[in-house]
Amino acid sequence: MFKKNLKKNNVFVTYAIVVVAYIVVEALLLTGNMSSLMQGLLVPLCTYSLCAVGLNLCVGYLGELSLGHAGFMCIGAFSSAFFSVVMQDAITNSIVRFIIALIIGTAFAALFGFLIAIPVLRLNGDYLAIVTLAFGEIIKNVVNVLYIGYDSTGWHISISSQQALGLAEDGTMVINGAQGITGTPHDSSFTIGVILIIIALIIVHNLTNSRTGRAVMSIRDNQIAAESVGINVKKYKLLAFTISAAIAGSAGVLYAHNLSTLTALPKNFGYNMSIMILVFVVLGGIGNFRGSVIAACILTLLPELLRGLSDYRMLIYAIVLIAMMLFNWAPAAIVWRQKLKAKFKKTGEEA
Amino acid sequence: MSFVLYLINGISLGSVYAIIALGYTMVYGIAKMLNFAHGDVIMIGSYVSFITFSQMGVNPIVSVVMSMVVCTLLGVVIERVAYKPLRKATSPLAVLITAIGVSYFLQNAALLIFGANPVSFTSVVTLSPLKLAGGDLVISGTTIVTIVLCLIIMGCLMIFIKKTKAGQAMLAVSEDKDAAQLMGINVNATIALTFAIGSGLAAIAGVLLCSAYPTLTPYTGSMPGIKAFTAAVFGGIGSIPGALIGGILLGVIEILGRAYISSQLSDAIVFAVLIVVLLVKPSGILGKPMREKV
Repeated sequence: MFKKNLKKNNVFVTYAIVVVAYIVVEALLLTGNMSSLMQGLLVPLCTYSLCAVGLNLCVGYLGELSLGHAGFMCIGAFSSAFFSVVMQDAITNSIVRFIIALIIGTAFAALFGFLIAIPVLRLNGDYLAIVTLAFGEIIKNVVNVLYIGYDSTGWHISISSQQALGLAEDGTMVINGAQGITGTPHDSSFTIGVILIIIALIIVHNLTNSRTGRAVMSIRDNQIAAESVGINVKKYKLLAFTISAAIAGSAGVLYAHNLSTLTALPKNFGYNMSIMILVFVVLGGIGNFRGSVIAACILTLLPELLRGLSDYRMLIYAIVLIAMMLFNWAPAAIVWRQKLKAKFKKTGEEA
Repeated sequence: MSFVLYLINGISLGSVYAIIALGYTMVYGIAKMLNFAHGDVIMIGSYVSFITFSQMGVNPIVSVVMSMVVCTLLGVVIERVAYKPLRKATSPLAVLITAIGVSYFLQNAALLIFGANPVSFTSVVTLSPLKLAGGDLVISGTTIVTIVLCLIIMGCLMIFIKKTKAGQAMLAVSEDKDAAQLMGINVNATIALTFAIGSGLAAIAGVLLCSAYPTLTPYTGSMPGIKAFTAAVFGGIGSIPGALIGGILLGVIEILGRAYISSQLSDAIVFAVLIVVLLVKPSGILGKPMREKV
């Protein structure tokens, strides 16, 4: 399941695919051949791809199933949007502002990833999955009751209601509980998204091809054996999980700066989102970063492409998902595919 | 007095979680898979009961039985179509993702059939509320029925597993599938039976849940489903008494947390307690400790 060839040229094919896809999309945009609906999907596509790459590092290379990556996205989104809203007037250059916001969002997600990983990585298997799910839900829940504002006397923080802040007349709400953050500058774009994906891919490819990456994979394959040859299991597990969370956080930054209103709903930062990202990772191939990006793009576009079927589209999406899993993984289907392949080969040789 | 009332409501909600958790824990014990679609089976069961009881005016008990039949069939069909082909798949994640697909399928099918608007469920329990302590403490009929039913189900299930051949076969399959097969146990039939029981119980849980919290939408099942799974893990997954203890503790914590700490943070409190328990006892309250072999 984890056998992956790590040939160098394979990596460049991935970059090339991303760049070609970018050029094609830009060309379509310039010639005006893209519907506004598709244009609106470009940044979300990058967000999901980025998050899927991050989760794949955790699932594919660390070998731990995390169902809480939407929580890290949430942290990245809210911390960076908070910064951007507050500094909107102080820093007018949107690129500089976005880069600082990106650093802040990623750093916060990494910090939380690290803090959560310390207790969580003591568990394994399904228990680890359910605890990461729990952490993700806690993050979403706490963000929903967070009220932060400032006035001439300074900052006010509350976790009960807007009134409890006691803001003065001239005060400004930044995070308004369930209403979230409004007025985030629209700093992210498709170009930035593609650049982030390429940076993330470079990071994960270099990591997995390094001494550190091999240490992480050895823990995944056999923790006891890895420990016995002197690999610091805890350190490498923490490292991989933190980087994975940081990438998810950067996806959150991209997500937040694409919307003027940021709220933590079950739909965007709940466990459903974590599961959706996991679906991208598994369908794209566990441990295969290129597959993650492609699966994220196809599965995000699929409901939109099926829009003509109106009400039935999500039903068909579900059926396609089940059918793809059965086709890819069922032992009977695998045997059938091999038979088919052998048949094709035979006819090819005869002809 | 209000504390006692909260406690009883918590036990009642916890009983519902416990019944749902049974479905998770039995399926997990036997098929080693997390059946994400279980919560949506609950929702389907509730809709069946809603249509037969609230709209067609069928006798409440008949309505519950009908919803159980539908859910049992549904559970067996899901197992046969979506999970069985993947039982020997190399990655455990494959069947998990398929279960997620089934969950999406059920939600969206319900959305098409029943519509997105929430419907108001009328309680199937017609028992009058019990007044205790001179009228200070009013316990609704639904609450009493939920708790009693939960205990009856637990009792029956324990007897079923301990005393019947089919129950023993379930235990054997959950211990070791191959050895069970060699002893002449029909493994496929046993797994199908587990899904049937779990889904039938899900129907009861759905009706009880909607009797207490009467809004029903196609998404009603997913959050209680996740919480019940949490309860199953809390009590030690694979253990039936564990599901009861985990479910009731979770319900009580949720209701007390909502009443005394913060209504908005009740879910966060539930999950925080789960994390603490798992960190202290990684296999849950009644779970078997996992041994690591070299």
